[in-house]
Amino acid sequence: MTDSYDIIVVGAGHNGLVCSALLAKAGKKVLVLEANDQVGGAAVTREFADGYSVSACAHLLYQLQPGVCKDLGLKPKLATSNMQTIALSEDGRHVRYSGASVAGVSDSDTRSYQAFHKRMARYADLLNTYLNKAPPRLGTTDFRDLSTLARLGFDIRRLGKEEMREFLRLIGMNIHDELDERFESPLLKGALSLDAVLGTHLGPRSPNTIMTYLYRLAGDHGRLAVPKGGMGSVSDGLASVARAAGVTIRTGMPVARIIVENGRVGGVETTAGERFESLTVVSNADPKRTILDLVGARHVETGFTRRIDHIRMRGNAAKLHLALTGLPRIDGLSKKDFAERLVIAPDEHYVERAFNPAKYGECSPEPVVELTFPSFRDESLAPTGQHVMSAVLQYAPYQLAGGWNDDARNAFLDSAIAVIARYMPDIESRIVASELLTPADIEREFHITGGHWHHGELSLDQFLFVRPVCGSAQYRMPLDGLYLCGAGTHPGGGVSGAAGRNAARTILRRERAA
Amino acid sequence: MTIQEVHQGRLRTPFYSRLAALDTVNTWHEWKGYTSTDELYCAETEYFAIRNATAVFDLTPMTKYRIAGSDALPYIDRLVTRDMTKVRPGRVAYAVWCDDQGQVIDDGTIFHLRDGEYRLCSQERHFAWLNAAAIGFDVTITEETAEVAALAVQGPTSFSILSRMGLAGLAELKPFDLMHVDFEGVELMVSRTGFTGDLGYELWIAPEKAETLWDKLFAAGEVTGIRAIGTHALEVARIEAGYIAVYEEFLPADETVRTGRTRSPLELGLNWLVDFKKANFNGRRALAEEMRRGSTWRLVRLDIAGNKAAHHSYVYANEKGNKTEIGFITSAVWSPVCKQNIALGTVKMPHGKVGDNVWVEIYYQREMHWSRVMAKATVVGEPFWFPSRRGATPPGPY
Repeated sequence: MTDSYDIIVVGAGHNGLVCSALLAKAGKKVLVLEANDQVGGAAVTREFADGYSVSACAHLLYQLQPGVCKDLGLKPKLATSNMQTIALSEDGRHVRYSGASVAGVSDSDTRSYQAFHKRMARYADLLNTYLNKAPPRLGTTDFRDLSTLARLGFDIRRLGKEEMREFLRLIGMNIHDELDERFESPLLKGALSLDAVLGTHLGPRSPNTIMTYLYRLAGDHGRLAVPKGGMGSVSDGLASVARAAGVTIRTGMPVARIIVENGRVGGVETTAGERFESLTVVSNADPKRTILDLVGARHVETGFTRRIDHIRMRGNAAKLHLALTGLPRIDGLSKKDFAERLVIAPDEHYVERAFNPAKYGECSPEPVVELTFPSFRDESLAPTGQHVMSAVLQYAPYQLAGGWNDDARNAFLDSAIAVIARYMPDIESRIVASELLTPADIEREFHITGGHWHHGELSLDQFLFVRPVCGSAQYRMPLDGLYLCGAGTHPGGGVSGAAGRNAARTILRRERAA
Repeated sequence: MTIQEVHQGRLRTPFYSRLAALDTVNTWHEWKGYTSTDELYCAETEYFAIRNATAVFDLTPMTKYRIAGSDALPYIDRLVTRDMTKVRPGRVAYAVWCDDQGQVIDDGTIFHLRDGEYRLCSQERHFAWLNAAAIGFDVTITEETAEVAALAVQGPTSFSILSRMGLAGLAELKPFDLMHVDFEGVELMVSRTGFTGDLGYELWIAPEKAETLWDKLFAAGEVTGIRAIGTHALEVARIEAGYIAVYEEFLPADETVRTGRTRSPLELGLNWLVDFKKANFNGRRALAEEMRRGSTWRLVRLDIAGNKAAHHSYVYANEKGNKTEIGFITSAVWSPVCKQNIALGTVKMPHGKVGDNVWVEIYYQREMHWSRVMAKATVVGEPFWFPSRRGATPPGPY
């Protein structure tokens, strides 16, 4: 059986859904094929133990672009918004920060933090403007590209002489040096370091971790929220909008290959052998998976293949889900603080030390942890009176020396629980069930090469004009009819929808021009 | 840990002992790590061996890669611009390969040794590029330059000499055919290929049998004027044949820094090698765009007035008046066999159509003082030297 569509989107991740909805709104007949049984890709809510559900991969919403919500009329229901970050201290003297305010540090640190945040927020705003545009090409005569480039230069210059110099100094720098110069509190430095390196294969002393920090801030100055019903509700919302716009979404249909005929895209074929015809295929899958697995290197050229093959995308963050009989005891926290984001990164050296073994394919013996109790404000996620904990653990390298076998998983789980137990002494007695998703699991379950959330390391050499690779940063791949719309393209990962929206606009603009 | 001994200085090919024994002038140069002879007695004498008898040239340093595996054909077909599905086992194909921008990385010959097994020979090393091109293909690429000793046996009497050596099947070997024969218990590969534009063969054998092969070859060739030659003589023959050479007519695209200094196959007169009927090959998109938009450069063969070789000369559209510089000479020589002052050059489009007249500014030195002539030149379509015996099967005895 063959079916014909204007556009086929491979993968119903949030970017795929955003892209398909916008294309359908523009009058296209769009089909979305999703490998998993639920839509959302890595933005899903899953039951991991009987009665306990959690956002299976992405768990905090902080980058969803207002433009995406506006274009699609989307209003995510939030269980918690404007969350504080609480950097846990074993002695109960925690540090809290949210936006420009900070508590639990010296007066001098407070002033420094306010100045730091003000500056970072300003740079993040600058960055944010460009997250919602296709990155301009260099060395082109295209008017749109030239004007975007000129605008970028102008915007940087408009920061003022001092600030421009500061921006250009900081953008390639590591976060550690900057934090070390400004702050005294090890706890604050540790937590901000964690913000900069979360989800990456970078330590606080790695270059361009200020850029990753800015990227995190770019959404909404880093304001954090948890959607009601978990991250899956955002995806379900997007899917409803897409369906209402006329998109056909079919789940449980893994695409085996993107069909290439006569040097151009002709449709897709599922693993079950079903074929769907279309002259335009948009892949929400990561660039490596799309080009090397779905299309096949033989249909594209060598230089391009080599660049795609060289994309650095080895995940280093694991996800831990705990089903708990009740909330654990944490010294120095009030009950309502369980709605906030808690981090375990007692100092900046702790974060770097956690990263060190990961360079050599070993897990952190003392991982860095970001955790939330999403059930605290959302009773739908756990049986009454009981709770779930959703934690990101770093570092757990994708390419673990010796592989991710049961022993390795158990050892990493034990070390993570041991670290958490320092702050929550009764945690072990409260665990009903647990789920650990290593990057290898994330790769398998969410079909992301290397299990890297961002579909490719966020670094200056894989950012903006050169994301996913140089020469192909404008969503269109060097194969007629093929586009990318996922986190592997500009601007990158996080539940933002920017990549999906930029891709849809590029496709529509191109069709108008043709 | 043991540190492996690494050879210091230039390598010697398996034929070195024989070349050194014949050498009288001791002029050697480096060729891809090997010591290679410029000339052994006199470049002119050696040149006339190519054109009037048989010349033997040691081409062992030529870079050789073995390409095998179930995807060998689709791999090579995507690598090069020409249609490799038409190149059957037992055939050799001249080919160029390009980067994604459609700029030539190198040219070379691809030997389809056996079904699904190929040897790629080129001037430059390309292991990194070949491996990058192998991503997603089931192929193995093995550098085998040192494992294969190779001789070019070129000239009108080459068929007679090799026949006298008793190589069965030689008479049926057409241009760009290859065959495997037994040579004293080891496999000898014979291909009817060469770099001289004349009748000629290339012999490929394991290094252990290299000297024996040389000795037998020279014994068989004694009465028919066989001579070992160096690169100087070969270079003259190469230009007469109109063949392009890397670092002369083009630069490897992957080693060229400045934009606009590389060349596409279309700019090198190799349109016949670019098969747009293939759905994909490296450079296809860029070359299709070049076809649409027009090329920047054109390779020309020039027949130049006078007898002063036009090395590195500028080429002009007119002698006087609007003296627009349109290009430059890349290879030039006085051709003894054609009695012509010939050159290869590169000119800007739309100049350089066959039959066009251009002007070449030749500087030459006589007893310290420099002089200059503006020599009229004609763009010619055919190679300067293309004897009918080159294509004849069986080739006649000489």
